[in-house]
Amino acid sequence: MGTSEPKAVSGANPGEHAAHASPAVTYEAAKLGIWTFIATEVLLFGGLFTTYIVFRTKFPHMFHADYVHLNRVLGAVNTVVLICSSLTVALGIAAIRKGKQGMLRLCLVLTILLAAGFLVIKYFEWTEKFAHGLYPGTDVFFSLYFMMTGLHGLHVLAGMLVLGAVLVLAGQGRFSESYHTPVEISGLYWHFVDLVWIYLFPLFYLIG
Amino acid sequence: MTKEHGTGYGIYVIVWIALLVLTGATVAVSYANLGLMNVAVALLIASVKASLVALFFMHLKFENKLVWTFALVPIFFLLLVVGGTLSDTLFR
Repeated sequence: MGTSEPKAVSGANPGEHAAHASPAVTYEAAKLGIWTFIATEVLLFGGLFTTYIVFRTKFPHMFHADYVHLNRVLGAVNTVVLICSSLTVALGIAAIRKGKQGMLRLCLVLTILLAAGFLVIKYFEWTEKFAHGLYPGTDVFFSLYFMMTGLHGLHVLAGMLVLGAVLVLAGQGRFSESYHTPVEISGLYWHFVDLVWIYLFPLFYLIG
Repeated sequence: MTKEHGTGYGIYVIVWIALLVLTGATVAVSYANLGLMNVAVALLIASVKASLVALFFMHLKFENKLVWTFALVPIFFLLLVVGGTLSDTLFR
């Protein structure tokens, strides 16, 4: 948004203009809001990534012995699932920017289904670990694995709820070419959830 | 920046294909035993993927300086946290 806002005409009360901010201004504000939220999320996961680095450097042999227990193929499949869900969100946003409401709804449904698929695969992975006697209390590696993938899983769940709410609003025809801020904002959050997994996948499944 | 129109579907599909190829590459490399290079390659590929997601899916490429600041400042703090912690734990 490089365009400068038109100056408030009434010199008497300059604050008045801000109270009736244009949709473009509220969209910019909402965008900065979600980026601020993402900043807090980066540092929330950041604390855990720091813990991972500290213990990885301290117990390299434990990490090397444990990471082979994780299913690399399932991890890769889940990576593909999340990447596809990021695509469908991006396509949905591109669609509503052109005013295509049906395409937006289709993309949101696909995204939510992919997110559910991710959690189902995660569920099977976890139960398989439990069946082999690998629990969060087993050692530091599995403690971190369950904590970080669990926290990420909660974010996937939260994302499904948010995207579900956006889907309901889309079903009511609330979004158009000129107004689709909630779609853009929830989309940014969803891409962040994908971003976290992009790092979790190699750190736990690929490098020992 | 004027309106955010014009961004078609094509670019997203291209980025999506790139992300899939990079995922395949990082999995393939993980089966080779390169020692510490495995870690470097995995993190490099992850960072390229993360950049693609941030630049295109999250539209950072088309954003102004203010949004860029909001996106980069947390990364700076993350590096500060990691660096500060390691400067302690690595030298005990």
